[in-house]
Amino acid sequence: MSGIPVQQTSSTFLGMPSFQRAAREALGDTQQRRNLAHATATIRAKRAQVVGEVEQWEALRVAGAEAKDEALHHLPDYLEQLEASLTDNGAVVHWARDAAEAGRIVIDIARAKDTDEVVKVKSMATQEIELNEALEAAGIAAWETDLAELIVQLGQDRPSHILVPAIHRNRAEIREIFLREMGGVGRAAPEDLSDDPARLAEAARLHLREKFLRAKVAVSGANFAIADTGTLVVVESEGNGRMCLTLPETLISVVGVEKVLPTFADLGTMLQLLPRSSTGERMNPYTSMWSGITPGDGPQEVHVVLLDNGRSHVLADEVGREALRCIRCSACLNVCPVYERAGGHAYGSVYPGPIGAVLNPQLRGASSDVDKSLPYASSLCGACFEACPVRIDIPSLLVHLRTQVVDEASGRSPEAASMKAASWMFRDHRRLEAAQRAATLGSRLIGDRTVRSVPGLGAWTQARDLPTPPPETFRQWWARTHGEDGHTEGDG
Amino acid sequence: MSAREEILARLRAATADVPTGPGARGEVPTIAATSASDVETLDLFVDHVADYRATVIRCSPDQVGAEVAAALARGRAHTVLVPDGLDASWVAAAQTAGLTLRRDAGADGERLSADELDGVDAVVTAARVGIATTGTIVLDHTPDQGRRALTLVPDQHVCVIRADQVVHDVPDAVALLEPSRPLTWISGPSATSDIELDRVEGVHGPRTLDVVVVDPRG
Ligand code: SF4
Repeated sequence: MSGIPVQQTSSTFLGMPSFQRAAREALGDTQQRRNLAHATATIRAKRAQVVGEVEQWEALRVAGAEAKDEALHHLPDYLEQLEASLTDNGAVVHWARDAAEAGRIVIDIARAKDTDEVVKVKSMATQEIELNEALEAAGIAAWETDLAELIVQLGQDRPSHILVPAIHRNRAEIREIFLREMGGVGRAAPEDLSDDPARLAEAARLHLREKFLRAKVAVSGANFAIADTGTLVVVESEGNGRMCLTLPETLISVVGVEKVLPTFADLGTMLQLLPRSSTGERMNPYTSMWSGITPGDGPQEVHVVLLDNGRSHVLADEVGREALRCIRCSACLNVCPVYERAGGHAYGSVYPGPIGAVLNPQLRGASSDVDKSLPYASSLCGACFEACPVRIDIPSLLVHLRTQVVDEASGRSPEAASMKAASWMFRDHRRLEAAQRAATLGSRLIGDRTVRSVPGLGAWTQARDLPTPPPETFRQWWARTHGEDGHTEGDG
Repeated sequence: MSAREEILARLRAATADVPTGPGARGEVPTIAATSASDVETLDLFVDHVADYRATVIRCSPDQVGAEVAAALARGRAHTVLVPDGLDASWVAAAQTAGLTLRRDAGADGERLSADELDGVDAVVTAARVGIATTGTIVLDHTPDQGRRALTLVPDQHVCVIRADQVVHDVPDAVALLEPSRPLTWISGPSATSDIELDRVEGVHGPRTLDVVVVDPRG
């Protein structure tokens, strides 16, 4: 092994059972499987349609993979270039070896601004380092600003962390939560709040707007960091990202070192690949790019925290490093027959699905039960590779990791373990084949923009699982009272 | 060792096997769809913007003021923010119709505060570039569009774009943009993610987006 340190498994996921054990439990939950199947089928169909529109899709995938490889293979050089460009543009660059160090840096900046709150755009990197928890421990409130997260946070549904309770909160519950909790942490919901979804959305808009307008510090991630221009890119859909990136005076972005792209022109490729792969849109509603500080426009103090946290360990494996190309689009989750049945939480990490199965054991080292078992959380059907916009050969990486796990542990034959890993998931091979057909072909297009629309957070968030829904969901209520076509504007 | 030195050292060790230096892949390829004609590109742009449930209006140059006023009337706007560099003729009809035009100048003589912006109903801007294949408008926040907050806080955004600003595909736009500028890519109005796997209406950002496409061909 390289001797380069791995990531510490956070306490949230310590002691997770093996993937197979956790997944077997999830399999018993028929409702969850139905929900997840519906969600992934919908996104698959949308993705298939918009990918089908692009004649040169294969060439784009190759270019995307080459752009990421160019950056990864020469990562120290590009990081130094990024640092220099950012510094030239007036940004302050920090380096964080691990989650704890990144947390300390963010806390110190917030303290220096004399604030006890930050507004946040959800990002995988900050979730990975459990930044909200670190901030809270330091007495700084971290307000998540997308609607689902707001409901979770106000409903005090943590520390479950892996679940997204907003999915099983119906409109009456959301109304109760808003009425009960909003006043304690900011602008109260109007007393006459009904459970009309438009009124609920309005209450959330007003509640969060107050926070956006007064917040002094915002925290974000970044989808891409451009080495030659020092540009950070955030891809989102609700506009809460723009609010965070624009209004507060101080902006802190926590960026994994693998997010670097060599040059601005690479965005011509990446911004075709990411939205279409992620939420099946031609383009996501909002993409923000900023290069340090612009006098008179947006934050006048810009910090960038470059995060290692196990990434250098992954990079040291000549085969495994390919996983660092990942742009967190979640396409591989949506086509994975194993993920569709097991759900997200069985993967024991903020990174679920096929990419989680290769990334987690590499980031954290294969020492825990869950990380040892993850390389077997696949039937090796290959759908993930076909869907991946940056051509990460996940099946080959899984086989590679299996060899390592077996070497390290018992010497059990990889093939035998592989059979065992996948077979319990499907009663017989016909079911497996049918599942794989469904996963690769996609089905009828249902509506547009029906999924969470922050690339990298599409299925990622659903992956945190879909508990039993209320008797009538918000959506069903909406459809019943407004008609499926009753929408007048933005869709999400 | 500082975190910086240590991380860079780890990454150097991790990539010690790589025989090449930076730039090994050669030139960045441009992979873009091409268009048979400007007419086709513009038609595609209009279709794709409309797909996002934005309102798209095509008009001749002398109709812009009227179409902007009509869009603001549909949005029931009373106060309208006008960036300093905007073509004044675009908001003349709105002013005649009795709307209050506001510049980015606050009570204190400085720019409008975030709270003041929050009290404005709509904003009218130009755009830097439009992308046909994706139905996207890109702002670079030069004076005819104003700083980023202006197109974010008001609930309606009326964006005027000239036909000759619309390019066919994403790489064409990337090539035109100035990376040192803040850039906002907008594809449809504010759209929320879901509560229960399916969409609900927008929460933040302008909930209404009107795109006025100025086409000399009318
Ligand atoms: S590995 Fe999965 S999430 Fe990552 S880029 Fe490929 S398909 Fe997307």
